[in-house]
Amino acid sequence: MAAESTVILDGAGVRRALTRIAHEIIERNKGVANIALVGIRSGGVYIAREIASRLKEIEGESMLVGEVDITLYRDDFKGHSLHLPVGKTDIPFSVEGKMVVLVDDVLFTGRTIRAAMDAIMDHGRPATIQLAVLVDRGHRELPIRADFVGRNVPTSLKENIAVIFDERGTPTEVILEK
Amino acid sequence: MKQFRHKDIIALKDLTKDEIELLIETAENMREINSREIKKVPTLRGRTIINLFYEASTRTRTSFEIAGKRLSADTVNITPSSSSATKGETLADTALNLLAMKPDIIVMRHAVSGSHYFLSKKMPNCSIINAGDGTHEHPSQGLLDMLTMKDRFGRLDGLKVAIIGDITHSRVARSNIQGLTKLGSHVFVAGPPTMVPPGVERLGNVTACATMNEAIADADVVMMLRIQQERQGKTLMPNTREYSRYFGLNPVNLKLAKPDAMVMHPGPINRGVEMSSYVVDGSQSHILKQVENGVAVRMAMLYHVCGGELE
Repeated sequence: MAAESTVILDGAGVRRALTRIAHEIIERNKGVANIALVGIRSGGVYIAREIASRLKEIEGESMLVGEVDITLYRDDFKGHSLHLPVGKTDIPFSVEGKMVVLVDDVLFTGRTIRAAMDAIMDHGRPATIQLAVLVDRGHRELPIRADFVGRNVPTSLKENIAVIFDERGTPTEVILEK
Repeated sequence: MKQFRHKDIIALKDLTKDEIELLIETAENMREINSREIKKVPTLRGRTIINLFYEASTRTRTSFEIAGKRLSADTVNITPSSSSATKGETLADTALNLLAMKPDIIVMRHAVSGSHYFLSKKMPNCSIINAGDGTHEHPSQGLLDMLTMKDRFGRLDGLKVAIIGDITHSRVARSNIQGLTKLGSHVFVAGPPTMVPPGVERLGNVTACATMNEAIADADVVMMLRIQQERQGKTLMPNTREYSRYFGLNPVNLKLAKPDAMVMHPGPINRGVEMSSYVVDGSQSHILKQVENGVAVRMAMLYHVCGGELE
């Protein structure tokens, strides 16, 4: 385990960040008509649900929420021996023509986002894809940026960002581990 | 976390409970791909799969081919009529020749039990998947049968599964017995005495029954096997009509099983021999669901043998 850890966002901080992201999504898209949220397994799924419930509170409309597993779209597996279990992708609506907001907990190299975009495109052609993340820790390896960011945290490559969820999947803390 | 660390899938006998569960879970999650508009993921891009079928097969070969293509692998089919086997080439020589083509996976069906272990030793850098070897095992069929049962009951633990027919010559029965007993089901087998191997109970939680009625009484699943005319001598049973009378499934004896029992068959079916058409096309039949699950299960097998070590 990490020798040292700092709390970047506490429970209240996480809640405020998600509420602000929800407002920014509404402002950018002038409402929530035609918007669908897709969370990336597994952290992003919980964050997407949190944002969806806030959007519903503010605009009074139920949101479409899907989940995507990117294991089959990864660019980093090779050789024999170990294998990642494949999670369930569940997008129970057509993404065709939708304004898809892709949601993840931490944005790092951008490779996960690339994989998730490919996975969504295989389900249809959305009108737009926007990206919402709770934490952006930098170190991009692909030309990808987030549209909505809860907190920018400059990190070194040796550090690790952990988003802590309680047993109901509510994010309670963001921790920087050194 | 469950992990899969084998190069080959030759027999369910060689896999642990966790590994079998992982394959079934992966197959469940792979199904989503088969129901969408673009039925393809890029996972096995650039990999080459050779389907080497020394015995006739439509369902299994097609299903493996589709599974490979949906994972973006390049699949090539080699069948005996078009291969050198008919010209007398040995399996060892065929293996060496195939190696020169640098395949990542060979899916083979062969009439000789255990031939896959031989092939695997000859090809240390290539994964071997058994699509049926003689009277030994047919792991993909066993896995898809288990997935179909899990769909219906949500579990395999504690199920009573009756397998009826030629147990001795059936690789389907052997794979199902190996897999089901590891996952907690109780298997009851019945068939003509000439077709039930002595000592079948030593395979695990298996009970050999004297009559078919005894085996299917109160069963959750009734699995009927095909009478394999091509694999047995002529002397094992007098004729198919007598067989059908004692070991055929019909609407009357099906009532002995649980009211919502599921009926399964690995295909191809001899209608009127092991099963009456009323049962084949009846509401309790899950035969077409078995076929449907076949692609997802084979995708899971190809995915897991292909490795995928994270950098």
